[in-house]
Amino acid sequence: MSSIKPVIRIKDLVAKYGDLTILKGITVDIMPHEITVILGSSGCGKTTLLKNMLRLYEPFAGSVHFWDENVLEMNEKEFDEVLKKTGMLFQGGALLNSISIYDNVSIPLEMHTNLDKDLMDKIIKVKLKLVGLSHAMHKLPAELSGGMRKRASLARAMALDPEILFFDEPTAGLDPITSESLDALILTLKKQLNMTFVIVTHELASIHRIADKIIFLDSGEMLFCGTLKEAEKAGIPQMDRFFKVGKF
Amino acid sequence: MNLKVENNILFVQTNLDKFNVSELKEQFLRLKKSRELQGVSVIDLEAVQEIDSAGVALLDSFQELLESEAKLLLMRGASASVRSLIETFSTTKLEFVEVPKPTGLWETVGESALNFYQMMVTALTLASEIFYYSLVGIFSRKTARKGSLIQQAFILGSQALPIVALLSFIIGFILSLQSGMQLKNFGVGVFLADLLSITMVREMGPLITSIIVAGRSGSAIASEIATMEVTEELDALRMMALHPIKFIVVPKFHAITIVMPILVMFSILVSQIGGAIIAVGVLDTSFENFVARSINILSIKDIIISFSKSIWFAWVIVIVGAFYGFQVKGGAEGVGKATTSAVVTSIFAVIVFDAIFSLLYL
Ligand SMILES: Nc1ncnc2c1ncn2[C@@H]1O[C@H](COP(=O)(O)OP(=O)(O)OP(=O)(O)O)[C@@H](O)[C@H]1O
Ligand SMILES: [Mg+2]
Repeated sequence: MSSIKPVIRIKDLVAKYGDLTILKGITVDIMPHEITVILGSSGCGKTTLLKNMLRLYEPFAGSVHFWDENVLEMNEKEFDEVLKKTGMLFQGGALLNSISIYDNVSIPLEMHTNLDKDLMDKIIKVKLKLVGLSHAMHKLPAELSGGMRKRASLARAMALDPEILFFDEPTAGLDPITSESLDALILTLKKQLNMTFVIVTHELASIHRIADKIIFLDSGEMLFCGTLKEAEKAGIPQMDRFFKVGKF
Repeated sequence: MNLKVENNILFVQTNLDKFNVSELKEQFLRLKKSRELQGVSVIDLEAVQEIDSAGVALLDSFQELLESEAKLLLMRGASASVRSLIETFSTTKLEFVEVPKPTGLWETVGESALNFYQMMVTALTLASEIFYYSLVGIFSRKTARKGSLIQQAFILGSQALPIVALLSFIIGFILSLQSGMQLKNFGVGVFLADLLSITMVREMGPLITSIIVAGRSGSAIASEIATMEVTEELDALRMMALHPIKFIVVPKFHAITIVMPILVMFSILVSQIGGAIIAVGVLDTSFENFVARSINILSIKDIIISFSKSIWFAWVIVIVGAFYGFQVKGGAEGVGKATTSAVVTSIFAVIVFDAIFSLLYL
């Protein structure tokens, strides 16, 4: 077991917005080929954690290692290489609104590969088919429902076959059936492509289906990190409440 | 000592949490015993950065301990996060007062000077990045999507063209009407061509065009970037290992650099038509004469000034628009504010630059 190295190592990560400290020193390892779920109440800093480890905001202090290299010490070019191996699904989808979802998926391919048009087209169509959007590929993001937008965004995040995918509440706002099929897709990707996932979610059903590890955040601190079974036995009041209330 | 009494105010000089509340309570009781708390009615929480429920309980107990002396404690200087925690966990009703910091005239002046300085630093950094990437972007293939330069140039140009034409025509016409009458009184109506030509080429052409482009495209740039920031699209671009300045701003920068001189040229031409109508219709000059004089009066220097003005103004518009776009704060409302500020500031900046230019190249 111990021979497997973590893909991401976060150490004493402190995040602030201005004077407001959101994360007060998070230390955690993300293991490869696992689905790590980040849990916590609304506003506790889950999105902030994702954004800080990916340098969408510069962390105030601490270190973040991806594949054993501290990304906070990298220059932009070096970090670009890390970003190409990761993808992220934002809470609101964050598709480029002025172009079709086909074009949205094509952007990473156009910008970072030298594929010819035909190959690119094939890749884009496969990715859109995977998320069940073949029929809507020439629509603009504004013409899609919230769930479709999230799926389109997933197709875009997968365009370059990343090794790590970050999801910010992928199933929030989706009906149970769509959300289950999204979970199934995540499990398939993990199994077939050996991908690593870091997922923020609130949905208990989803957690039971997919989570290998759970990280529980509360008011800027990490209260727990371990498997679901351990989580249920850990006896951390805030987390127990989370599981109990969620059941109904 | 983490508690200090001064001017009847109790200053708390530490964070309040479950690890130090017991000790603080002892301190408080000691202060009470030694009668130092007499007259105290305000607790200052300015130094408190973090507080937990135990800390709030401590504040509650301060209140209760002083109640025997029939006093209502007021909290002041609490930061927003501390305050919201207190309001959540407090069992007694703790009252807050806002104490506005006494700000002197010089502090206010100093603060706004500092803000202005910081804003200028940010703007200049952004400007230099835009210049750098625009220069690099000319030579490197993959900074923006294919076709986005042509597309941007076309949008910019076609948006502004009709209104630039209309306004330039009207201004050329009115300018000629007003000055033509004066010139005619002195019997030198033929000079209208010279006058209009110089004015339009050196001043009005670049200025009118820039003001229109600032209103049209400057605002569009600011609102596009601001919207993208608000909807996390900029973060999404970063996640695709793309650089927002390279991807969004640079194509616009290139496009406006190409389009603006063309628009200015167009504006000058159209205004001359307005002038020609007056010259031929009112002042009895021949059309050929008007055209010949208009062209002959211009020196190379005039044309260079016109050209460089148009490009400088174009750059000012893009940079100001991008600056306010990236600065956006707080949701959809922020987008509107960013757009308005961008238009006002870029028109202001264009006029200031115009003045500087005119002084430098008289
Ligand atoms: N750009 C920002 N500027 C200032 N404060 C922010 C900003 N973004 C988030 N915050 C604050 O940081 C805290 C954590 O926000 P974050 O978005 O990380 O929460 P979250 O755990 O993702 O919540 P949710 O489950 O609702 O998405 C919140 O209190 C929020 O008010
Ligand atoms: Mg969030």
